[in-house]
Amino acid sequence: MLHIVVCVKQVPDSREIRIDPKTNTLIRQGVPAIANFYDMHGLEEALRIKEQHGARVTVVCMGPPPAEKSLKQCISLGADEAVLVTDRGFAGADTLATSYVLGLTIAKVGETFGPVDIVFCGKQTLDGDTGQVGPGIACRLDLEQLTYVHKVEEIDVEHRRITVQRLLEDGVEVVQTSMPVLITALKELNKVRRAPLPGMLRAATYKPVIWTTADFPGLERAKIGLKGSPTIVAKTWVPEQKQVSTEMIEAQTTTGTATALVEKLWQTELPSRLGWLAEEEV
Amino acid sequence: MAEEKAKQTQASDMPDWSAYRGVMIVVEQRAGVAKNVSWQLLGEGRKLADKLETDLIAMVLGQDIYHLAEEAIAFGADRVYYCDAPELRDYRTRPYSRVCLQTIEEVKPEIVLFGATATGRDLAGAIATHLPTGLTADCTILDVEPDPSRLLLASRPAFSEKMLATILCKQYRPQMATARSGVFEARVPDPQRQGKIIAVPSQMAEDEIAAQVLRFIEATETFNLEEAEIIVAGGRGLGGPEPFKLLQELADALGGVVGASRAAVDAGWIGHEHQVGQTGCTVRPKLYFAVGISGAVQHTVGMQSSDLIVAINRDANAPIFKFANYGIVGDLFQIIPAITDSVRQKRAAVRLGQQETAQETAATVEGRN
Repeated sequence: MLHIVVCVKQVPDSREIRIDPKTNTLIRQGVPAIANFYDMHGLEEALRIKEQHGARVTVVCMGPPPAEKSLKQCISLGADEAVLVTDRGFAGADTLATSYVLGLTIAKVGETFGPVDIVFCGKQTLDGDTGQVGPGIACRLDLEQLTYVHKVEEIDVEHRRITVQRLLEDGVEVVQTSMPVLITALKELNKVRRAPLPGMLRAATYKPVIWTTADFPGLERAKIGLKGSPTIVAKTWVPEQKQVSTEMIEAQTTTGTATALVEKLWQTELPSRLGWLAEEEV
Repeated sequence: MAEEKAKQTQASDMPDWSAYRGVMIVVEQRAGVAKNVSWQLLGEGRKLADKLETDLIAMVLGQDIYHLAEEAIAFGADRVYYCDAPELRDYRTRPYSRVCLQTIEEVKPEIVLFGATATGRDLAGAIATHLPTGLTADCTILDVEPDPSRLLLASRPAFSEKMLATILCKQYRPQMATARSGVFEARVPDPQRQGKIIAVPSQMAEDEIAAQVLRFIEATETFNLEEAEIIVAGGRGLGGPEPFKLLQELADALGGVVGASRAAVDAGWIGHEHQVGQTGCTVRPKLYFAVGISGAVQHTVGMQSSDLIVAINRDANAPIFKFANYGIVGDLFQIIPAITDSVRQKRAAVRLGQQETAQETAATVEGRN
């Protein structure tokens, strides 16, 4: 039976974060914590593979204890087991330190629950927006790597092959590779299900497996948390908004306003810069 | 990203990095055609290298790509390392990352930059973990501190583009970053420019590579927001998918394309490839129409570098008007079709004028004969 690991991060819903206009600082209060939604598309795909081919689905998450909420959500949707890797020592990790810990975690999941065939990550997280942890984990575990996947075309369990479509800027690439493989999920991959009642009941009493630094005998302290993070944030600021003098255009009629605007535009350098003055045919 | 606040950049607390010199750009290509972001990064990399008084280095991988090495020189590189091999025809993480790693280990650049594309992010993520070193994603501002620190100041949008953050990597080399397409400017290529082109060997044989690219389906809709000269963008104020047709008509009349704010994309009114700002793309067209867009920071950071901005909104107090060169307060359902008509007439008049001029010229010539 296939063993699929899904990496999930609990993040502040950054869409809800506002900037205090007076102090130019972030207003974090009242911002809800949610499971990174790209990760949930990874979970959904894992559950679909489970239904079609039979699989064990293990969810892993690195984060503070409240992240248990997102893991319970994954259990309610149909994940078999959930592991929360939590320790103050992990705090402040950048993508390099995060992929180190998640790499160790997935290796341990493999030892504990059976060898891992597929790892799903979201394309990126809502709070970090980097998309670097997936490739980082693949590198740590020496897995094949398929990023920006919007469709899983075929899983050949017998030959341990997987064929996917990757959505790139200039088109769609169909790639086949061997398992074990790490896949990063786009939101186009699938539609995430609603939790069924039995799942919700199981989640209500479910306690995730908790691992701390003590559970990783080979862990190198210098590679985790803030200390293990090569990148540091030197400063953050609210981008200065370019102020321009705005000319409001208003005429008696709509047509008048439209004509006035177009006349204004034609008086700028725009038509010559766009080659409209020399045009022969549109 | 580790959140360590406002640490002063002091050279004294950094290791000796004098073995690492040069700014390297990893050029992305498909079928022998380079992605624009690669040449844009060479343009920006040239500035960084000049400030550091060091070489600008390009790395080109693929099959039959020697011409790209020459182009890289024309676009500003001093040195180009290229790997031309059949197993590099299609991008695949392992064979590409092995060649890059080998070259980075030998050449020891102090900075390595990639386009923040799917391929660039895929490759940079693998390389940075292998090395290991720090990698900053999706930068929109790049700068360096001169000697002695020679630090890369990599700035990127954070918190859904509501803020910018400057990220440093002090304790590792090279310093790596991916940078967004459409933000930096490519230089005008100079075919006379001289530089060194150095071949490097491929690191994997085909039978060692598990991944196979079975086919590539080119995007049918050749839609490129980043390179559009004119964008007519719509937001929440449109109220639904239908009014985007009006925007499309105006865009067609102007020879432009349709863009959208995140609100409109999230509502499912238009595809995500149309999104400007906030994990969409940064655009700097010659003319930008913001229709029914209120002007939240996450949108305006993506479009405020446009040459000319026209805002149309029902709400006279919408923040978007602060960015606009021209503003119209009104109902877009009336005003947009009126502008479309006016543009069509204006352009038709220009063409007619040319025909008349041409006829006059012809008549004059005939008259002389």
